[in-house]
Amino acid sequence: MNASMTTHISVAPTGLRRLWQRHPNFVIGSLMLGTALFAALAAPWLGTIDPQMIAPFNRLEAPGAHFWFGGDLVGRDVYSRTIYGSRISLAVGFGVATIGITFGLVVGILSGFVSWVDQILMRVMDGLMAIPSILLAVALISLTGASLKNVIIAISIAEIPRVARLVRSVVLQLKEQPYVEAAITAGTPFIFILWRHILPNTLAPLLVQATYIFASAVLTEAILSFIGAGTPPSTPSWGNIISEGRTVFSIAPHIVMFPGIALSFTVLGVNLLGDGLRDIFDPRYVSRT
Amino acid sequence: MIATNWLRISDVKLLQYQHSVLKSLPMLALSLRRLLATIPVMGIVAIIVFSLLYLTPGDPAAVLAGEQATAADIERLRTALGLDQPFLVRFGQWISGVLQGDLGTSIFSQRPVMELIVQRLEPTIALTIASLIIAVSIAVPLGVIAAWRAGGLVDRMAMSFAVLGFSVPVFVLSYILIAVFAVNLKLLPVQGYVPIAYGIGPFLKHLVLPALSLGIINAALIARITRTTMIEVLNQDYIRAARAKGLSVRRVLIRHALKNAAVPIVTVIGISFALLISGVVVTETVFNIPGLGRLTVDAILRRDYPVIQGVILVFSATYVVVNLLIDLSYGLFDPRIKH
Repeated sequence: MNASMTTHISVAPTGLRRLWQRHPNFVIGSLMLGTALFAALAAPWLGTIDPQMIAPFNRLEAPGAHFWFGGDLVGRDVYSRTIYGSRISLAVGFGVATIGITFGLVVGILSGFVSWVDQILMRVMDGLMAIPSILLAVALISLTGASLKNVIIAISIAEIPRVARLVRSVVLQLKEQPYVEAAITAGTPFIFILWRHILPNTLAPLLVQATYIFASAVLTEAILSFIGAGTPPSTPSWGNIISEGRTVFSIAPHIVMFPGIALSFTVLGVNLLGDGLRDIFDPRYVSRT
Repeated sequence: MIATNWLRISDVKLLQYQHSVLKSLPMLALSLRRLLATIPVMGIVAIIVFSLLYLTPGDPAAVLAGEQATAADIERLRTALGLDQPFLVRFGQWISGVLQGDLGTSIFSQRPVMELIVQRLEPTIALTIASLIIAVSIAVPLGVIAAWRAGGLVDRMAMSFAVLGFSVPVFVLSYILIAVFAVNLKLLPVQGYVPIAYGIGPFLKHLVLPALSLGIINAALIARITRTTMIEVLNQDYIRAARAKGLSVRRVLIRHALKNAAVPIVTVIGISFALLISGVVVTETVFNIPGLGRLTVDAILRRDYPVIQGVILVFSATYVVVNLLIDLSYGLFDPRIKH
């Protein structure tokens, strides 16, 4: 009888299976983002041809054995363009998440610790947040010119206030904690308090926030390209492909649909990953909802 | 979970916190305070929008003039934008103009930006209101039912819909709807806009698809917040008491629970307005609607910076005012805020 009980307990899932059962969102999201990442890294070996190669003969060709996703307005391979497009989208996602988190962290920590700086910075952040971020990006890009670098910077600027607010609120809460007060009283150098107490506590919420910024940036880039304020039109980004295909949507819907599916798939994956991370870091949220 | 820039749960939490602080103030003081608080925000928006011309690296006049521009073209543009004058002088002229309703002159059409904006207002207002109505009438019932049956099948389906809504870009949804309802079923027009003055039937017919795409995307966020708030409220003792004394589920859900969950839901509707604004720009492009979004896109393609500047100011001001009105409306939903 004892033996059977032991067996029963050892059946409890462990490792990956346990992760799958407890956090399916995290697993599915990671797999989806992993797929997109794989497509971006392995693009040349996935049966693609030059995404810029023009072949007027294959104009608006329907999806089939020759062109899996069909041909576009000037006969370029939509499949190759979509696969290569993942590079642009992921670069924008990673770039914006990194820049937004880094600058937001600096602004948030400054605001949380220095009260006169806080007054000024938070007013500026309020103002930035009141401007719809697409329009802010549009204005910045129209002034600096369309390039991948400028798109990343423009979207990042709109994200900084949200990160800064999050970091600031964490810092303000932490400052009240006895162990931080004790460290300050004991004369611990500021850098050490930052490294030992503040940064580790901002890590989890920032990681979750980073995934949401990533997803949001990928969507924003696509929208910017779509309305003609994104990466240069020759770049095979998902927004650009859709934007070009939109004029012939009723006769060749595949040009819009395939990159649209790729875009939704990637953003959905990142969003699920973010929800999964939030559940892992904040178990209370799961039990409450 | 919330993809498009716009807003995340942290924004909502922050606003809820601000409101809980403001709750302790009397209504009139609160309204005044809130009203005054919008002035610096709008001031800073104006400063940011104006400074972009000066803060961006490189020569904005050269970038705006385009690659084929001659040196004379660039100089003409520099004068038109006032970039040849000192920052403060130019800002003083510009801001006093803005305060009198003068948003500058379009470089492309040489007409006042204000006039261009006013001409394009009707389609955008119609689209915004219609999508808001659709979003709320999908999201609130969905969120309420999901919360009531939390963990069940309906809940899981509703929340999958919500995550999808955050992930599918509005133009992809638009094209799916066009493919189904306009191209295949031929029930509705593929694109275009008919002013309301030309008859309510054609007006609505052209509005359905754009409003639906924008409304569905927005519904995702509102449904999610409705569900979370409702779950918290449904765990309260007074809900159990109301059920115990024999009130029907419907009455408890609507009169007791939803009413108490109203403030966060209304707050998120206000925040989702930002989502709606970016959505309008895209949807108007897809459906070829001559509104403010279309004006913005045309201005981008023509590098007409004064128009871009004006549209940003108008949209931001609308966003700030909508959220001000929502803050002021809390008294209607929660009488405790009044006293």
